[in-house]
Amino acid sequence: MTGPKQALAHSAPSADAAPGSSPGAARGAHGRGAPAGADSWRSRLYRWDMKASPYAFVSPFFVLFAAFTLVPLLYTAWYSLHHVQLSALDHQSWAGLDNYKNLWSSDFFWNALRNTLTIGVISTVPQLLAALGLAHLLNYRLRGSTVWRVVMLTPYATSVAAATLVFTLLYSWDGGMVNWILHFFGVGPVNWRESDWGSRFAVSSIVIWRWTGYNALIYLAAMQAIPADLYESAAIDGANRWQQFWHVTVPQLRPTILFTVVVSTIGATQLFGEPLLFGGVSGSKGGSEHQYQTLGLYMYDQGWIIGNLGKASAIAWSMFLVLLVVAAVNLLLTRRLRKSP
Amino acid sequence: MRTSIRRSQRLMALAAVAALTTGLLAGCAKDSADGSSDHSDGGGNGTGKGKITLTVGTFGVFGYQQAGLYDEYMKLHPDISIKENVTTRTDVYWPKVLTRLQAGSGTDDIEAIEIGNITEAVQTQADKFVDLGKDVDTSQWLGWKNAQATTKDGKLIGLGTDIGPMAICYRKDLFQKAGLPTDRTKLAELWKGDWSKYVDVGKQYMQKAPKGTKFVDSASSVYNAAVGGASERYYDKGGNVVWDRSEGVKKAWDAAMTVATSTMSAKLKQFDPTWDQGFANGGFASVACPAWMIGYIEQKSGDSGKGKWDVAAAPAASNWGGSFLGVPTATKHQKEAVALAKWLTAPAQQAKVFAKQASFPSTPSAYPGLRPQADTTAYFSNAPLTQIFSDAAKAIPSQPLGPKDKPIDNAISDIGILQVEQKGKSPSQGWDAAAKEIKDVLGQ
Repeated sequence: MTGPKQALAHSAPSADAAPGSSPGAARGAHGRGAPAGADSWRSRLYRWDMKASPYAFVSPFFVLFAAFTLVPLLYTAWYSLHHVQLSALDHQSWAGLDNYKNLWSSDFFWNALRNTLTIGVISTVPQLLAALGLAHLLNYRLRGSTVWRVVMLTPYATSVAAATLVFTLLYSWDGGMVNWILHFFGVGPVNWRESDWGSRFAVSSIVIWRWTGYNALIYLAAMQAIPADLYESAAIDGANRWQQFWHVTVPQLRPTILFTVVVSTIGATQLFGEPLLFGGVSGSKGGSEHQYQTLGLYMYDQGWIIGNLGKASAIAWSMFLVLLVVAAVNLLLTRRLRKSP
Repeated sequence: MRTSIRRSQRLMALAAVAALTTGLLAGCAKDSADGSSDHSDGGGNGTGKGKITLTVGTFGVFGYQQAGLYDEYMKLHPDISIKENVTTRTDVYWPKVLTRLQAGSGTDDIEAIEIGNITEAVQTQADKFVDLGKDVDTSQWLGWKNAQATTKDGKLIGLGTDIGPMAICYRKDLFQKAGLPTDRTKLAELWKGDWSKYVDVGKQYMQKAPKGTKFVDSASSVYNAAVGGASERYYDKGGNVVWDRSEGVKKAWDAAMTVATSTMSAKLKQFDPTWDQGFANGGFASVACPAWMIGYIEQKSGDSGKGKWDVAAAPAASNWGGSFLGVPTATKHQKEAVALAKWLTAPAQQAKVFAKQASFPSTPSAYPGLRPQADTTAYFSNAPLTQIFSDAAKAIPSQPLGPKDKPIDNAISDIGILQVEQKGKSPSQGWDAAAKEIKDVLGQ
């Protein structure tokens, strides 16, 4: 802990000194009207170092950002205004807003948007609630608590591909384990991949399975930082465990909960791998009626399977707009939650 | 109530969060979910020995490695070493090739092209591939195979590898229990001429079907087999989209609809894990099988299917699959790459790949000498595989292909037929859904 503090203490005053001293030094050089000696050369170098180095230090990120995010982003915007086929990247013709008009009048786009939101809600909400509950349980003094925590994290460490493959087998309508268990309860076989809600539920269950433990550990970390005396005084006031959870833990966790909501929302909007692999060989269609085709899948299908890059780019930018709207809603909610006691 | 948190626990929580954060970052790179594995199989002992390294880009199993062809070639040409770059999924492989071709860099010295992409390559990428027509004796290949890789002005951009002549693979034991003939020539006679006759046999099968079995794996497999033998499919000779008025599509669709609306389909999706299970536990009695599927069936059915499978001639000659090897002009070793592509696709080498993988040659002169592995022959009840598939191969009609063949095909199979088969929609609803999808595919 002391290392960074010392570095900060050291660098802060000198950084302050640099801008203040530079005009004076420049004036001095002017007044003398002579080339600087070794000493002032060194001090100029030092000043230059003070000014430029911070930029040099932060530049790697921005260079990478420009190369791999900004340029593709702008290029995608350019593509979205053209008719471009994947097979003929050098034959582009100006399309104006045709791609967007085409897209926004297409049922497939709205269907994908609806699916993205639906699957997002039915995967994020149960996932965070379950994570909160699990974290609360793990927060008790347990024998072998480390083991439990590691086990919680195991699904997160599994790759999407492996997890989805297993789930696809569990959910197969003919001889899958889920239908086999259901038949003991008198429920007939469900075609998990082709039914509308069955497939959406199946996809979100993969998401829930993978991410619940991850969120639970974040909650757990935050719970352990809650001062114990709060619980002690609550107990003295006669609050039972449930009341303690509701009146002490949850309010204390509010910033953490907000954080996980934001992260999960972004993840849900970009949902891609699970439905793609769940769909098997023709995964990019998201089922025969596109019943679980998310925006990510629709973009992939248009761009890489069908090869309409112009339209795929328009989808990408529309997704960006959707994310902006979602972020704005999130911000409003956050503000309101912060204000409320 | 609550004891104070010990320092070590707090440290652990910190460490956990740190691990999670790095995991999150690493996760972005790791879970690309495209199933590609760009792994390079250094061709046996060839690593770094030769002066020139040639790379071959493929998807799936081409069998060159398995049949020892790379090693053999490197022995013949000590100054050359060969490296194969495999991308398992075609839907990942082809876009990658397209972008690299157009960027003019990063391509392999030899690129495999799947039949579903060959027309797109011919029509849009011809100037990015070396014209191979002058370097080879084109009469070695089946006429229609060459035609698929030839541009309008006569440039040959790919050398044919395998083709996919169709037959019917069926379970003798299940056919017998259902009271059907089991002899392969009798069966071939029974459904000869039209795929709808094969579907009729299915109706017979279902009357006395052994418990828990179906006649065929899926309606789209029947569609696929039937449409693969049509003289016209989604495009006419002039390159116009005619999918909604093509005779071939209509007949194949009708046959598939009979299957989809009956009980004879196991309703599986080909190449899904559940399809593999269907092979293993005998869930369906027959499947339209191109030559390359022989090895797949043998592998998935396992020992329990040994000697129970048999192969009969298909109702009509039809083709499914097959690839080409092209040499991008961007390669630095054009001469050497052409020589290797030529050698790999020559009749002698195609016969070797057939012996190992049962991928069927596109060069008729290889047919008389074809020998499948003894195991395989025994597995399929000593059916004359070579004979059945060669006869089919010679009768396959030349079919005009188009640049969006594959997406159109996907729309019909994965949207239209699947809605009828698995969601109980009516055939006309399925057709309309496919039409809507195809409109989306073709419209920019």
